Amino acid sequence: MAEAKATRLRERPLSPHLQIYKPLLTMMMSIVHRITGGALFFGMLLLVWWLIAAAAGPNAYAQVQWFMETLVGRLILFGYTWALIHHMLGGIKHLVWDLGYGFGPVEREWLTVATLVGSIGFTILIWIVGYLVMGGLR
Amino acid sequence: MTEDHRFQMRTPLGRVRHLGSAHHGTRAFWHQRLTAVANVPLTIAVIVIVMGLLGRNHAAVVQILGSTLVAITMLLFIVTSVYHMWIGMQVIVEDYVHDETWKLVTLMLNTFFCFAVGLAAVFAILKLSFGL
Repeated sequence: MAEAKATRLRERPLSPHLQIYKPLLTMMMSIVHRITGGALFFGMLLLVWWLIAAAAGPNAYAQVQWFMETLVGRLILFGYTWALIHHMLGGIKHLVWDLGYGFGPVEREWLTVATLVGSIGFTILIWIVGYLVMGGLR
Repeated sequence: MTEDHRFQMRTPLGRVRHLGSAHHGTRAFWHQRLTAVANVPLTIAVIVIVMGLLGRNHAAVVQILGSTLVAITMLLFIVTSVYHMWIGMQVIVEDYVHDETWKLVTLMLNTFFCFAVGLAAVFAILKLSFGL
């Protein structure tokens, strides 16, 4: 038993981790997928706050509206939109890969660039339409 | 336990201590994909709903969010999303939290957080729908 413990405590060589590899776009986007997922985990609090405020009454709802119109609120919402769209498109890419397609050297790069360009494009589009719905900048 | 014990590779003590595979790995993987697929149309629907509510006053928001189709869409989105993020955060915790005690604590917090957030959202939507 003592011997087993000593063996465990000894510094063992570890397999190489992220820092040893040259950063590739597919790899970076894989990390971003996880980061956006983690952000959306906590972003759910924002959605729940909005729903509870709507259910609570006009005063609580006015507070949410006030916060969302501040610069910080707007930035958080913008980040939320991008994280949501990016995680969704990245998820679709992963589903394509799960089915065994798109692994070629050209396709995998193309797919990954498409998720990034698509997420930025859709986020901007959603915000333009959003401001149009509200009748201009505010 | 219908396993054929002639082919048991694990010792009785190992089984008592629950060492070895929990046999839940593929289920979590599958449910993660299942909720991911469900979330694609649901997320698009929720984005459309939220954009339709931008700049509206409280009374209008309550009326729209409480309407049957919108409420059901929101409920589906909340349930699939919360389940999806519960599995996702569990994977993240298992990847980065190596200390057994902390892993247990963070996994429990993950479950508590997801249950609380999910239940609160469902309650709010039902309250809006039933007008209590």
